[in-house]
Amino acid sequence: MHVPEELWYTKEHEWVRFEGGGRARMGITDHAQHELGDITYVDLPGVGKQVTQGAELMVIESVKAASDVYAPVSGTVGEVNTALADAPELINKDPYGGGWLCVLSGVDEGEKARLLSAAEYRALLERQ
Amino acid sequence: MTPDVLSHTPLHDAHCARGARMAPFAGWLLPIYYSSIIEEHLHTRAAATLFDTCHMGQFLLKGPNAARDLDRLLTCNITSLPVGRCRYGLLLNDRGTVLDDSITYRLSHNEFMIVVNAATTQRDARWIAAHCSSGTSFEDISPITAKFDLQGPLAADILQPHLSEPLNSLTYFSFLRATLHGVDVLISRTGYTGEYGFELYVAAPFAIPVWNLLLEDPRLKPAGLGARDTLRLECALPLYGHELTEDRSPAFANLDFAISAEKDFIGKNALDQARSDPSQPRLCGLSFPTRQSPRAGHPVLHNGSTCGVITSASFAPSLGHAIALAYLDPACASCGTHVQVSSGRALLDAVVCPLPFYQHGTARRPTVTPTS
Repeated sequence: MHVPEELWYTKEHEWVRFEGGGRARMGITDHAQHELGDITYVDLPGVGKQVTQGAELMVIESVKAASDVYAPVSGTVGEVNTALADAPELINKDPYGGGWLCVLSGVDEGEKARLLSAAEYRALLERQ
Repeated sequence: MTPDVLSHTPLHDAHCARGARMAPFAGWLLPIYYSSIIEEHLHTRAAATLFDTCHMGQFLLKGPNAARDLDRLLTCNITSLPVGRCRYGLLLNDRGTVLDDSITYRLSHNEFMIVVNAATTQRDARWIAAHCSSGTSFEDISPITAKFDLQGPLAADILQPHLSEPLNSLTYFSFLRATLHGVDVLISRTGYTGEYGFELYVAAPFAIPVWNLLLEDPRLKPAGLGARDTLRLECALPLYGHELTEDRSPAFANLDFAISAEKDFIGKNALDQARSDPSQPRLCGLSFPTRQSPRAGHPVLHNGSTCGVITSASFAPSLGHAIALAYLDPACASCGTHVQVSSGRALLDAVVCPLPFYQHGTARRPTVTPTS
């Protein structure tokens, strides 16, 4: 499974990229998309929605199941990936790129303390 | 009931070798998908796929009264079934609810094969054996029988070169016996995808060689239970445990074609009573405007009040939006009725629509092979 070095991760298999200026882009990991199988629908959050780290952020549906996605960091939803409405398979094809889910603004990089580094996330996957 | 040990089909090692995603189903460890449910679904509609259906049950009934015994057990007419043809029917209990659905093959005048669902095989075996007359022999041949479904518009082109017999004569719901590179095989023009195709039965020890031989054709891909479910749902084919259960009468399950009016059978009185009850829920199709799908068990609402329940639902890969089968109160069961489904998180808008959802299935088209 692909685990890019520059990203931060959660135990629930979300990734987050700190883009500076209090912005953080997030999605689900390669491992998560592989486990879900073909993704058919993403119930994207509304822009402006406020979330705290670990709270339920959205639901992703695959052919067989619906799965919660949690906010990797606290913040306000500033942007969502509207391309997913017609092409949710982008998450399967490119989970760290075109399959991003949303951008949170007003985030505090101090919350990294409760995230996993790439090495820690790789170790988590190996234990599973 | 969850068995502690999952059964393996004779093809288990072949699935693992191909990297299939395996999961428990009806007490068996079966392939859910090899590459992707959606890819396998679309490949079945466009070309052809091969499914492992070895988990299903097969029984042999023999004897001068076997047809009469089966006429008593099944809703469809067996006495009138010609040799070389098969017929879909329901096994009902005395309450007129469904023990299983099945296909019965007339192998000879006094010899029948009944094919049933995996989860219900053992219960069906006890029920059928207990209702056979003394001169009828009953044998559960499931453990020694392997079954594959070869489904899709290219199925005949792929299968014919391997066979001793031409497939040309094989009409919908008929079968023939042939050899496949020397292996005895029974082939029926049946399936569970809505596409042109075959179900193949061979002795279990030949399962892996036949499976691998067929898959040497690059046009054919293996497909798992995930695609089998989305394919059958698009064609509104019922699934036992969902649309058909011991808790419901099949009176309004759109299965009138499988219920004979000309004979008596177990559960007939209760079924007739249910059919004359105008308040019985009806099995309906629901079409959703988006890809967002409800799940089985979610309630259906009409003007805010519960009017039914979802039995199966999924994103439909050939249609591009979500669909569902649901039992609805008669007042809401007309096509065009707007309803909502409560998914627990959201209210999803839906409209009652005609069945099948997918209208372009090739299941009934004539056989055309390179040799015909």
